[in-house]
Amino acid sequence: MTRLFTPRTWMAIFAVGLVLLVVLPVLHLSVPQGHPLHVSSFWITLIGKFMCYAVVALAMDLIWGYTGILSLGQGLFFALGGYAFGMYLMRQIGHDGVYQSDLPDFMVFLDWKAFPWYWAGTDSFLVAMLKVVAAPGLIAFIFGFFAFRSRIKGVYFSIITQALTFAAMLAFFRNDMGFGGNNGFTDFKRVLGFPITAPGTRTTLFVLSGVYLLLALIVCRYIVTSKLGRVLTAIRDQESRLMFVGYRTLSYKLFVWTLAAVMSGIAGALYVPQVGIINPSEMSPANSIEIAIWAAVGGRGTLFGPILGAFAVNGAKSWFTVAFPQFWLYFLGLLFVLVTLFLPRGLMGVFELLRRRPPAVAQPAEQRKTAVEDKAVVMEGKA
Amino acid sequence: MRAQALRGRDPLRVIAACVLACLLWLAGAPCARAALDPALLTQLGSDDPDVRVAAVRKIGASGEPRGAAVLDALANDALAVVSGRAVIVSGGNIADASTGDPLGSAPAGLETVVVNNRLRGEIDSALAGLKLSAPDRQTRLAAAKELQGSDNDELLPILHAALAKESDAEVKAILQLAAASLGLKSNDVEVRVRAAKALAASDDPQVRQVLSTLLTRQKDGSYPEADERVRAAAQGSLDQINRRLRTVELGVSLFTGLSLGSILLLAALGLAITYGLMGIINMAHGEFLMIGAYATYVVQGIFRSYLPGAFDWYVVAALPVAFLVPAAVGMALERGVLRWLYGRPLETLLTTWGISLLLIQTCRTFFGAQNVEVENPSWLSGGIQLAGGSVLPYNRIVILGFALAVLGAVWLVINRTRLGLFVRGVTQNRSMASCTGVPTHRVDMLTFGLGSGVAGLGGVALSQIGNVGPDLGQSYIVDSFMVVVLGGVGQLAGTAIAALGLGSISKFLEPFSGAVLAKIFVLVMIILFIQKRPQGLFALKGRSAEA
Repeated sequence: MTRLFTPRTWMAIFAVGLVLLVVLPVLHLSVPQGHPLHVSSFWITLIGKFMCYAVVALAMDLIWGYTGILSLGQGLFFALGGYAFGMYLMRQIGHDGVYQSDLPDFMVFLDWKAFPWYWAGTDSFLVAMLKVVAAPGLIAFIFGFFAFRSRIKGVYFSIITQALTFAAMLAFFRNDMGFGGNNGFTDFKRVLGFPITAPGTRTTLFVLSGVYLLLALIVCRYIVTSKLGRVLTAIRDQESRLMFVGYRTLSYKLFVWTLAAVMSGIAGALYVPQVGIINPSEMSPANSIEIAIWAAVGGRGTLFGPILGAFAVNGAKSWFTVAFPQFWLYFLGLLFVLVTLFLPRGLMGVFELLRRRPPAVAQPAEQRKTAVEDKAVVMEGKA
Repeated sequence: MRAQALRGRDPLRVIAACVLACLLWLAGAPCARAALDPALLTQLGSDDPDVRVAAVRKIGASGEPRGAAVLDALANDALAVVSGRAVIVSGGNIADASTGDPLGSAPAGLETVVVNNRLRGEIDSALAGLKLSAPDRQTRLAAAKELQGSDNDELLPILHAALAKESDAEVKAILQLAAASLGLKSNDVEVRVRAAKALAASDDPQVRQVLSTLLTRQKDGSYPEADERVRAAAQGSLDQINRRLRTVELGVSLFTGLSLGSILLLAALGLAITYGLMGIINMAHGEFLMIGAYATYVVQGIFRSYLPGAFDWYVVAALPVAFLVPAAVGMALERGVLRWLYGRPLETLLTTWGISLLLIQTCRTFFGAQNVEVENPSWLSGGIQLAGGSVLPYNRIVILGFALAVLGAVWLVINRTRLGLFVRGVTQNRSMASCTGVPTHRVDMLTFGLGSGVAGLGGVALSQIGNVGPDLGQSYIVDSFMVVVLGGVGQLAGTAIAALGLGSISKFLEPFSGAVLAKIFVLVMIILFIQKRPQGLFALKGRSAEA
């Protein structure tokens, strides 16, 4: 088995991890407010949020960048995980809601007397975690099984996943679904008994997100360097040939598709307590396409790329929506166009180009390789 | 003050008025025409309301043309009784009510007959009875409709007389119903039975109401209609009416389904060209609809400012604009961006999504984020009234026809023109087409322009039935893709059938499940259908492993 990372990369990961998981929390908790080194809760929440996004981008990369399946349903799985954990958070409110009832406020409002069946057991943290994994996992497994079995692929698959996401969004907008309709879940009070807005809880969630991102990175790296990863790349480049050779591509695709969904779901579960709200607009098809651009901006087919892309695009979004709200969509639209036209390998491709430039000998070999790859891609598209 | 003076019977004034009136009457007497009984008319001024009602009914039943003028005057507070004689007051002058002869200027303090609501209702039906013999068809029709709500059974003979000489079918039908409604109140059981049977022909909701009241037990357990035969006849009529209304309802929901389908068709047709024939996933397709709708809005503005006289025809003038503007944008897009992405469909998807964001934001910058108002021209507003209060709006009917016309035009272009031949050639085998001299790049550009232009035409239609805003296209993009996927890629017939079918199915589901669930259900059905037939309804036969 090939090793996961080179020692230098391990060092870099360790350094970034140290800053994210130790230095920032310490600066947030121990340095008093007003001190120039204090990290405010705004930044902790923002970076915590970005780390959740980064995992979704990683999942997207696994399914799109490595396996060549552009899923426009990643936002759905993210939101499903968030809703599953949100149910637990709603139960944790207890009697502190406006109506001081056993039921969440929106159910009292609808005049419901008892929890619907799918809310069973959500007051237990363990069951809630199980649902976080099971809800996106099962839906992805069933949908993927049928879709891959009838050999829906390429753009067809993208459009069908988009329709699925759209249908789910419409469903969750309905009050009768028992998920709070338009407003979704919000006004959370505590998680595992700890007050949810306390700096300690916030920091814990932040650290958990960081650890989860690190774990996701290592798992993805493990997969793409294994034999399984080779098969996935082969599916991306020449699926028919792989099938003729005798591989059952269905199980490979199904595995990576379900894994990506579960990864996104858990990210959603970590995201919801940090931002304090989950509603159906998270499922809008636009959000899912945006996830694809995170991966594309960073660089598909690399693992650090999507993480970088998620941070870069969302950082830009946070800055734009405050500074020039009317220009954000122009920027995002241009990003879609320019990155696909001029940066097919994303930011990582730019870095690689910059790094490789000095040794002039390496360049022709690199170019030849990409040319061959491009030709393969074009031929596949034409066929 | 003056009225009080008259009420106080100022003797001088009354005498003066009488003398004046007598003189005038004498002067006018020779030219007296057909006259009503003056004694009957004076009863209109009676203090007893029942006497007044009876008088009005008699005037109505008299069939005298002069009666209409009298009743009109009564309804308009212009009838007075001066010294035992009914007169019509008009602009300070009075005239004899029964003959119409002028009687000079009105005496000061003249008080007209007060009309209460009960009397007003009686006047209306009596007037209608009189107007039944008017020579003008429209007047008769209005009168017949008026009579349907009346319960003045003295009019029954007039109705029958009018029926006997009525030649217009529509008026006749309404008269028959009016006669039947009146007949239900008759004392004769036979008349009531016949009336109840005749009412089966009515679509008026009031008739249903009347019939079902007859059949509902009152509090004391008895029926309002005592005779069993009449009740049976009424029940039969009610059933017939309900059956007919159900048929109408079915027809209306079929129509709304087809109407939704025609809108889907317009939205998806352009996509069927760009995606189906060229294989370009155009996520910005919805925005071409939006551009078409905004082009309509701009043309409307120009007409409003410069050609207000021809405002009704701005929609027609908007059609070429709404075709050419999106077509130009589409061609620029194809030459500038998309041609670098041929053979990379997933990248095309992302790029066009980005372009759709750019177009939406550009539209917001120029026209604002709010919806703009696009008005229906007069020939597109209103609709055909159906039984049971349903309406088939003209704009939806026109759009249905328009969608089919656009479909036909696109079919002609693809199958009967040189461009269409090239398009089909490039679709089947790009390199071979290029070898035989087809300018593939130009064909790509023109085809994409055609698809975008057709979307723009869809935008004109959408602007006539819904809101026009920057997000207009977003709500149609998923649906349009579903239509194309379901219909089979590259198949115009498949697109048409899928669009109309999807529209009808979702409208038929809506009453049972609500609009949102119907939509979800349809989406799930499509996903399941794709399992069975991954190539859509109409698939090209082939042996390629890469489907």
